[in-house]
Amino acid sequence: MTDPVIAASGITHTFGSGPTAFTALRAVGLEVHAGEVLLLMGPSGSGKTTLVHILGCLLRPTEGNVVLNGHAVGSLGEDALGALRLRNFGFVFQAYNLFPMLTATENVMVALDLMGVRSRAARIRARELLTLVGLQHRLDAYPNELSSGQKQRVAIARALAGDPEILMADEPTAALDAENGLKAMELFCMLAHRQRRAVVIVTHDQRIVHLADRIVHIEDGRVVSPPQVPSPPPSVATGAAP
Amino acid sequence: MSAEGVSLGKIDWKRRPVSAWRSDLTLLIAWRNFVHDRVRLAVTLIGIVFSTILIGLELGMLLNFMHTTSTIVDNAGADLWISAHGVRSVDLATPLEERRRFQSLSVDGVSIAEPYLLQFAFWKKADGVRETVIIVGVDPHAEMGLPWAMLPGRSVHDALSMPDGVIIDRSYAGKLGIDAVDQVVEINDHRARITGFTDGIRTFTQSPYVFTSLRNARALANRGDNAITYVLIRLAEGQPPDVVTRALAARMPDVDVLSAAEFASKSRSYWLFTTGAGTTLISSSVLALLVGAVIVAQTLYASTMDRLPEYATIRAMGGPRIYLYKIVVKQAVVGGLFGYLIGIAIVVACAYLARGSSASPEVPWWLALGIGGITVLMCIAASLVSVNKVTSIDPVKVFR
Repeated sequence: MTDPVIAASGITHTFGSGPTAFTALRAVGLEVHAGEVLLLMGPSGSGKTTLVHILGCLLRPTEGNVVLNGHAVGSLGEDALGALRLRNFGFVFQAYNLFPMLTATENVMVALDLMGVRSRAARIRARELLTLVGLQHRLDAYPNELSSGQKQRVAIARALAGDPEILMADEPTAALDAENGLKAMELFCMLAHRQRRAVVIVTHDQRIVHLADRIVHIEDGRVVSPPQVPSPPPSVATGAAP
Repeated sequence: MSAEGVSLGKIDWKRRPVSAWRSDLTLLIAWRNFVHDRVRLAVTLIGIVFSTILIGLELGMLLNFMHTTSTIVDNAGADLWISAHGVRSVDLATPLEERRRFQSLSVDGVSIAEPYLLQFAFWKKADGVRETVIIVGVDPHAEMGLPWAMLPGRSVHDALSMPDGVIIDRSYAGKLGIDAVDQVVEINDHRARITGFTDGIRTFTQSPYVFTSLRNARALANRGDNAITYVLIRLAEGQPPDVVTRALAARMPDVDVLSAAEFASKSRSYWLFTTGAGTTLISSSVLALLVGAVIVAQTLYASTMDRLPEYATIRAMGGPRIYLYKIVVKQAVVGGLFGYLIGIAIVVACAYLARGSSASPEVPWWLALGIGGITVLMCIAASLVSVNKVTSIDPVKVFR
């Protein structure tokens, strides 16, 4: 296996202090590799969302180190971490977090604008990305005119705008029916396997576990079992293995 | 979903430095933020429009007040005014000896010196009700101090030359019980006759100016044949005003010699800063600015808070703080400009509708532009109040 794009070691995170302090993660170690789909699973409150915040450089751990492409990120300031997220990560939020006043194309253009891509080039690229996720017929639709599955695909297109090495998705299939959930996972698998991106997904959805390359279970802030490699059912095609 | 067979090529702009200053989309986001929610748009606009109207009307009335307190001086056409010592405002005239006129004429640099008389008097209407007026006596053939803005009819010289003839402004005709030219009236128990009307010569005291000949004014005011209150001076061409002023003051050390600008400023300052009317107007104008600023700040703060989830998303994606600053400030400018345009249109309409009243707001172009600047600056300042909240958003929140 290649060097990990993210290597987290000894991650402990405590919210608050004193008697009300709550430790969400305890000495967690985890590696994420390019070209794999990694599922973070566990019951509510187990610490998986906190872990994805830390892996995504949105939150600093109380203890432990996060190394991104061989570089420790712990000493970086807020602005540097922001720039790091912009260039290396694509986020797909559970509620999609699309801008309601912008069209699908414009929502994707925001991410490109943040990257410094100017208007005309950004519009062309945004349309390419929306076409990639199958929304070529909904380019000028506003979020309130889109179904949940379509909103999620816009969110994925936006996450891909910066051509990130790492995609992080929070419960991406929670609001989708089985068919659309499966399609979304197939898209994530394609992005991982064909384009060598690392895809980290926080999920409770048992319907998609067979599409993952690895599964990490977390309970009470600890990794409770070694990463599992699920066996895909024979009826499901997941694309090429990394 | 076209998951198969589509490739994302590696893009070189991935490694470009992020330059929020070069952003193309912040104005679009700001504009859409502004117009997207119609209820919020209406609330925001009403707040800014109300603030603009409040500031516009108060400053317009203050400006009108300042102009009307010195309108006689501003429009007399004199270079210098000579008054009794200690006169604080043109309307509060005290007697001056007529010999001052001849003394003035003996000073080098003085081209013309004309007598002028201002005196409060009682105007008796047909129903017996009395109104206070200010009689303005001026020689019908004078070059300075004549009524201006005459309505069509008799010339100003003819109207003032007629026996007992007086000229009033048409805006006070109703107040003084006047229906038409040649109507006979009673001033200080003396007979007078309306011989002409002006348009737009107003006073802030509600005591209208009544222009008449100097001779008639002396009779109506029950003053002697030589009574005057001012000498109006016109300088010979090319004479420096300050040199002639000093020469006049040296020749007549017991009177005040002021340039027209100085006397106008003195009159305005007296009413503005030493009377209840002026200080009330100034304080209400300052209050209007403060209230307007608070309204705008609250309105824009609420508008910005409504968009916090979107701003948090941008932060989570890695957007720099300056990007959010730009959106918030541009939204404030857009809101300020639209609110201002609607507000100033209402202010101008109000000023037009109230143009006949003595308290009508004046809205010259420079004041309208100034109010625009004030409004936009207030909006930007108000947006900066909320921008700290925006830039301190925890990006983690968007994952919840």
